[in-house]
Amino acid sequence: MKILALDSSGLVASVAVVEDDQLLAEYTVNYKKTHSQTLLPMLDEIAKMIELDLETIDAIAVAAGPGSFTGLRIGSATAKGLGLALKKPLIPVPTVDALAYNLYDSTGVICPMMDARRKQVYTGIYRFADHELVTVSRQKAIAVEELIRELNALGEAVIFLGDGVTVYQEMLKENMQVPYSFAPAHLNKQRAGAVGALAEKYYREGKTVTAAEHQPEYLRVSQAERERAEREAGKK
Amino acid sequence: MSAKDVLILAIESSCDETAASVVKNGRTILSNIISSQIALHTLYGGVVPEIASRKHIEKINQVVEEALTEADVTLEDLDAVGVTYGPGLVGALLVGVAEAKAISYAKKLPLIGVHHIEGHVSANYIEHPDLKPPFMCLIVSGGHTHLVIVKDYGEFEILGRTRDDAAGEAFDKVARAIGLGYPGGPKIDKVSKEGNPNAIVFPKAKLEDPYDFSFSGVKSAVLNHINRCKMQGEEICEADIAASFQKAVVDTLVEKAVKAAKEHHMDKLAIAGGVASNSALRQAMKEACEREHIRFYYPSPIFCTDNAAMIGVAAYYEYKKGVRHGWDLNAVPNLKLGER
Repeated sequence: MKILALDSSGLVASVAVVEDDQLLAEYTVNYKKTHSQTLLPMLDEIAKMIELDLETIDAIAVAAGPGSFTGLRIGSATAKGLGLALKKPLIPVPTVDALAYNLYDSTGVICPMMDARRKQVYTGIYRFADHELVTVSRQKAIAVEELIRELNALGEAVIFLGDGVTVYQEMLKENMQVPYSFAPAHLNKQRAGAVGALAEKYYREGKTVTAAEHQPEYLRVSQAERERAEREAGKK
Repeated sequence: MSAKDVLILAIESSCDETAASVVKNGRTILSNIISSQIALHTLYGGVVPEIASRKHIEKINQVVEEALTEADVTLEDLDAVGVTYGPGLVGALLVGVAEAKAISYAKKLPLIGVHHIEGHVSANYIEHPDLKPPFMCLIVSGGHTHLVIVKDYGEFEILGRTRDDAAGEAFDKVARAIGLGYPGGPKIDKVSKEGNPNAIVFPKAKLEDPYDFSFSGVKSAVLNHINRCKMQGEEICEADIAASFQKAVVDTLVEKAVKAAKEHHMDKLAIAGGVASNSALRQAMKEACEREHIRFYYPSPIFCTDNAAMIGVAAYYEYKKGVRHGWDLNAVPNLKLGER
């Protein structure tokens, strides 16, 4: 089984090819260029490097959200275009789950967090049990204070990762009442390798969608819809 | 289809229509699929960029597949993929650009980024096989008002542009003010048919540059007129306001376009863009051109609105010139006409 994986959900752009529990290639860039300019040239680069015939892949995995709305759509549209052209299924992988998978089989709880603006983070709480990723708290957008309360209540050591850590590090240091640590540089951001590895598992479980069906999971409505709902609620 | 035929798949997602088309040899439209989002945005009185982008990603594959099916071609038959990469809403453009890049990359097809306005101009080639540059072209839509000389395919000399609102934008704003709602263009066109275009005289902007446009003045004059009527307790006749406003805009557009054609010795004048489907503009331009012995060209309404067929036509001429874009093609929301 050969899977092409894409992640452009956050600041990082990452492309990988995973085949039968082996990572054939991965290209990850954490730089200011837009994903629209980097993602496809990165895929082209690794495809040349490993002499990849795109027709031989079984599915295209994509970090399906949450994340930057525009970033998600660049990844999704790329995956959808590839899926349409190659007639291959897509495997949408929840972004926060894939981040947690970076820290396979670690002890304690894993808490990925991505900056979601408006003083919130996209986050979830996970642990590994019997070598399986177990969701303690599903991915969602919540205030950092609320997340900290939830983690303190769990009473277990926490490993934090994701681009939200940089933004909220001070707040975590001040308010965490359980032991915690921050994942190091090679593990603390989105990696298409992790998306691909998790996707292999999903593929075996039959969790694929058609390229036409797929759309990102934003976890939030647009600002215009939110404000409209607030106005409607205000009238009542 | 002969072996020499050039088939281009084109994608357009710069605003609120998700569209795909297959075009043969730059002039024959094999399919033209448009998924419009107008109903969604009506709730908000205008296009909401984030909602538009979300709808594009939801529909894009379906629209592309339909375009291929209706044209009865497969991706293997294609020679190139063309896509609008600007100007437009950046989030919306990015969906089409990423999709087009992925398809052309996977099928090893040349990628051609197309200027949206160049597409609108090219819409005129679809139904007029005899039309070839050079000609004068007036481009009027919700986002653009340009008066250009089309010197060659993809080559423009910009004579004038709007200093403030685009013509279509003025239609939208006035339609909102008189309670017609969104989208304003077709609604004003319709209601104007029942009104007297000479009921109210709205002022025309006087600009230093003879080919530039300004529509914020006439828009303000309409708003002031409505306010004055309300304050004095006078009854407001929407049809008369709409017709008079439309006349003011149309007169300006026709006057400048025809003057430009005459002064530049152009015997052909074309209109393009969403506002080009306005019936009063078409009629007035037709009459003025007949008077001046200028041949007048305009696309059918379906090719005036945003569509991918026009992008495929423009892409064809770029393709013939050897224009190719790389995998790093980005969306350029404020792309200037004639820029690459």
